[in-house]
Amino acid sequence: MLKHFFTNQLSLGLAQAVVATVLALAVMMLARKREIHLERDILVALVRGIVQIVAVGSILVLLLRGPQWTSLFVLSGMITAAAATSSRRAKGIPGAFGVSLYAIAFGAGLVIVFMTWAGAIDTGITTLIPVGSMLIANAMNTNSLALNRFRSEVQANIGLIETGLALGAGSKQTVAPYVQSSLQASLIPAIDSLRSLGIVWIPGLMTGMLLSGSKPVYAAIYQFVILSMIFAASGLTSLVSTLLIRGHAFSPAEQLTLRPGIKFAP
Amino acid sequence: MEQDKGNRGSWILETKHLSRVVSGKPLIEDISIQVERGDVVAVVGPSGSGKSSFLRLINRLDEPTAGTVHLEGMDYREIPPRQLRRRIGMMTQTAFLFPGTVSDNLRFGPRQQEKDLSEETISRLLDQVGLAGQAGSDVSHLSGGEAQRVSLARALANTPLVLLLDEPTSALDEGSKQEVESLILQVVKQNTLTCLMVTHDLAQAGRVAERALLLKGGKLAKFGPTQEVFDAETLLH
Repeated sequence: MLKHFFTNQLSLGLAQAVVATVLALAVMMLARKREIHLERDILVALVRGIVQIVAVGSILVLLLRGPQWTSLFVLSGMITAAAATSSRRAKGIPGAFGVSLYAIAFGAGLVIVFMTWAGAIDTGITTLIPVGSMLIANAMNTNSLALNRFRSEVQANIGLIETGLALGAGSKQTVAPYVQSSLQASLIPAIDSLRSLGIVWIPGLMTGMLLSGSKPVYAAIYQFVILSMIFAASGLTSLVSTLLIRGHAFSPAEQLTLRPGIKFAP
Repeated sequence: MEQDKGNRGSWILETKHLSRVVSGKPLIEDISIQVERGDVVAVVGPSGSGKSSFLRLINRLDEPTAGTVHLEGMDYREIPPRQLRRRIGMMTQTAFLFPGTVSDNLRFGPRQQEKDLSEETISRLLDQVGLAGQAGSDVSHLSGGEAQRVSLARALANTPLVLLLDEPTSALDEGSKQEVESLILQVVKQNTLTCLMVTHDLAQAGRVAERALLLKGGKLAKFGPTQEVFDAETLLH
């Protein structure tokens, strides 16, 4: 319908953005009716989302004309921003930014390097940055889920954890069941995406490839490659973050510091 | 208010100016006491006086911000925390049993030292706490009193020198309360354990402890024979 009113691509894009925003605001109002107050979070996320993507889009136009090595800086910047965003989901856990940075850099970074080496990701800046960003974004989401779940599990099981400590168990052993459940929970979206590929979800990249003249079967297989890479990057990220975060819930004398109301005071 | 016993050799546990401050708020302030081997000490005081906080400092579940604890004459900061906590066992208000069977719970502590409890030891421990023949029972089927008995047996499985009891009967019904209290007393005597027991019940403190430690606002108000401490408590009120 919008296409009838807006012939210019930029005006059409803005109109589409307005419609999508209205939908998001409707969800916010529905939540508000049920006494779930997400107003601030949703408004900030919407404004940030549109400003960031337009800014990045403009910068990308410039970068795509630049030398190939600039992709390294762009991806590093994305990893740092992803770590900062993700660590906010782990409030109360000291060193969450460091853990997120290591985990996302290792998980997404390793998959990008390996798949570029293997030839599955083209080294051209026009492919490396969009595909890399997909891997980093998914690694960030998985990391956020893992850290958030870990914190909730630990805080819900303080009694059992401290009982283990009081019986002479090591700190890492007392939280092992919660590390495992955090890892499993964080990978649910990545596994479900892979499982429902082509049935529930046809990624936009496939449409793009078809439009740019790729063979449909190759475009389809490449979607599987992308989602497998996302799963690998997410899995590695979650493995690293859950392993590293264990140590941050305890003091050097193996005292549980991740307790509500207790700041990191040994 | 240090107790002058004049016999350092018999002190198994000694706190020296023990203090803990969290976010600028003092929870425990400058507590110095000595406890003799085999003593049963009741830790009493009003709610929020720091009884449980004091106990958590003794087995280093929390870190003192000043002062220290000596166990058998040794500064506990020189003892690896895991080893220290095996020597100072703890039983809390809620049993917090690990999912599985009663024997899985009893085996937990020794397994941390890569030791496996023999069936005989498990039977002996369960006999001591009045749960003979329950080794294979799933802990989810136990009553509150039975769960506390398992918790006691689990603490004993580590063969501790000192046992810390944080209101071990306060979550139980009246019948179980008396049973568990008598059982604890019997087990403590049988194993010649040194025991610090937090309780808000002065009658219970009078029944189980020869000496008592009265805390007020995180500070030591009185430490001595239970009756003297009760008299002081009455005066303070």
